[in-house]
Amino acid sequence: MSAGFAIRRGGDRDAMFRRRRRAAVLRGMLVALCVLYLAVLLLAPLAGVVWQALRPGWRVLGDTFTRSDVVHAFTLTAVIALITVAVTTAFGVVVAWVLVRQRFRGRAFLNALVDLPFALSPVTVGLACVLLFGRGGWFHDFFAARGIQIIFALPSMVLVTIFISVPFTIREVQPVLEEIGVEEEDAARTLGASVMQTFLRVTLPNIRWGLLYGIALSAARAIGEIGAVLVVSGLIQGRTETATLYIYRAMEERQTASAYVVALTLAGVSVLILAAIEWVKRKRTREDEA
Amino acid sequence: MVSAARATGRRWSLSSRAAARLRHRSLRAAAVVYLGLMIALPAAVVIDEGFARGLSDLRDGLAYPGAAEAVWLTLATSTAAAVVNAVFGTIIAYVLVRFRFPGRRLLGALVDLPLAIPTLVTGVMLVALYGPASPIGRALEGAGIEVAFARLGILLALLVVTLPFVVRAVQPVLLELDPAEEEAAETLGASGWTTFRRIVLPAIRPAIAAGALLVFARSLGEFGSVVIVSGNITGRTLTAPVLIFQLASQFKPEQAAAVASVLFAISFGTVLITTRLARGRRGGQP
Repeated sequence: MSAGFAIRRGGDRDAMFRRRRRAAVLRGMLVALCVLYLAVLLLAPLAGVVWQALRPGWRVLGDTFTRSDVVHAFTLTAVIALITVAVTTAFGVVVAWVLVRQRFRGRAFLNALVDLPFALSPVTVGLACVLLFGRGGWFHDFFAARGIQIIFALPSMVLVTIFISVPFTIREVQPVLEEIGVEEEDAARTLGASVMQTFLRVTLPNIRWGLLYGIALSAARAIGEIGAVLVVSGLIQGRTETATLYIYRAMEERQTASAYVVALTLAGVSVLILAAIEWVKRKRTREDEA
Repeated sequence: MVSAARATGRRWSLSSRAAARLRHRSLRAAAVVYLGLMIALPAAVVIDEGFARGLSDLRDGLAYPGAAEAVWLTLATSTAAAVVNAVFGTIIAYVLVRFRFPGRRLLGALVDLPLAIPTLVTGVMLVALYGPASPIGRALEGAGIEVAFARLGILLALLVVTLPFVVRAVQPVLLELDPAEEEAAETLGASGWTTFRRIVLPAIRPAIAAGALLVFARSLGEFGSVVIVSGNITGRTLTAPVLIFQLASQFKPEQAAAVASVLFAISFGTVLITTRLARGRRGGQP
């Protein structure tokens, strides 16, 4: 910056200072504009929900968290999120590896499929599940004959949540795999390491930060999913009600106090996940620099 | 790998190569089956059901009371969200990359917050602040500005949910851009705005477009925040995703699939354009 100004030899000093001051004011205004935008959209609403949740007093917190339907809702959300993260992580690594390391016909199509969940509304995903497993659906008779309940039960809720979360792990791991190349893996294999050893000792440590970032994003998405789950769950209180569905019902029934408390809790968990994401990111860049 | 195997004997080499091929094939099969069952199949059933009798189904879907209005409302609010966030996203990215000020890191983290906060909670947050139960909401209503249960609320919800997209698309491109060019322009007497318009904007334009298209595609399908904020008044604040939900829960899957297909066709086209734009330059997060 100063080097730029040093080049101006015979410039009018006064005009230069005026311009600098004007630039500083412009900067301040732009920063203020950004802060204002984020305040209107994010900070003020966040403060609003904190205020509304705590306005009736701290007793609401205790009352809400001892309700059996709230406890059940949080448990169900945790179960669905855990299964989803396990599946999308395991298969996500496989898909990313295949897409990066293998060349075959249909690879571009497979790659495009990964982006599809971004193009589909979650509600449409839930609808697809109903069309597949609901009454008159493609697979309804098969599962009904075996007495397996898919729709309005846990399996369909897990399926739609997985669908929504598929892209995150893959899209985070793919570029990392591309960047590290195959040299280290080949070296390990040549030195006699088995395939599994190579993966665990060479590939996995290389992709771990990308993978963790993908896992954090999938977990956040799985915990917060509503549209798809709402369509397939059937909204059975105490059975297929997740934390987000509880908030939805509480808002509909105008029990806003407990809705705000549960919403605030979910937001808190999400902020923790975000903090973890930021931490992972910083760690990753620091390691890149080292 | 091959040369090492050759050293230990031809038979071993053959069997290990066969094993490697088998391993590659089975991993590929696992990837295909996973994406096929989890993604292609659900997409196929919606398209099949939505277009089962060709375009007449589509017409029936749009003929359903409130359906055409819902699709129009969704298109209008999504376009508005894309434009507004393109402008503010670019400003935020520029401020984050080029300026050094206290709280810069916090600002950057705040931008990522909507990726973590459940969209339903976003809706609850907006109602808590701008709804009729809050003094701010009442004050705004007194001034004639309705936010909750109105179209403005839908736009606000979409803006929050899609806030990170343009910022995260533009930021890496700006980081790579050498500030020396901007400094040179300013030294030669160009104003800040001229410098931005002539030097910075041409370089980041594709990234802004890609980010804005992502905002649009995501907004088309947004449900969680909108269902809480909009009040879902048929013909006025009912969006297409909420209509699909209502039809599905009223056990009208055919009509729901028809509306869903219209939405899907538009957003898939958008995503295709976006990936084509993104292919030009590497990077760009979802």
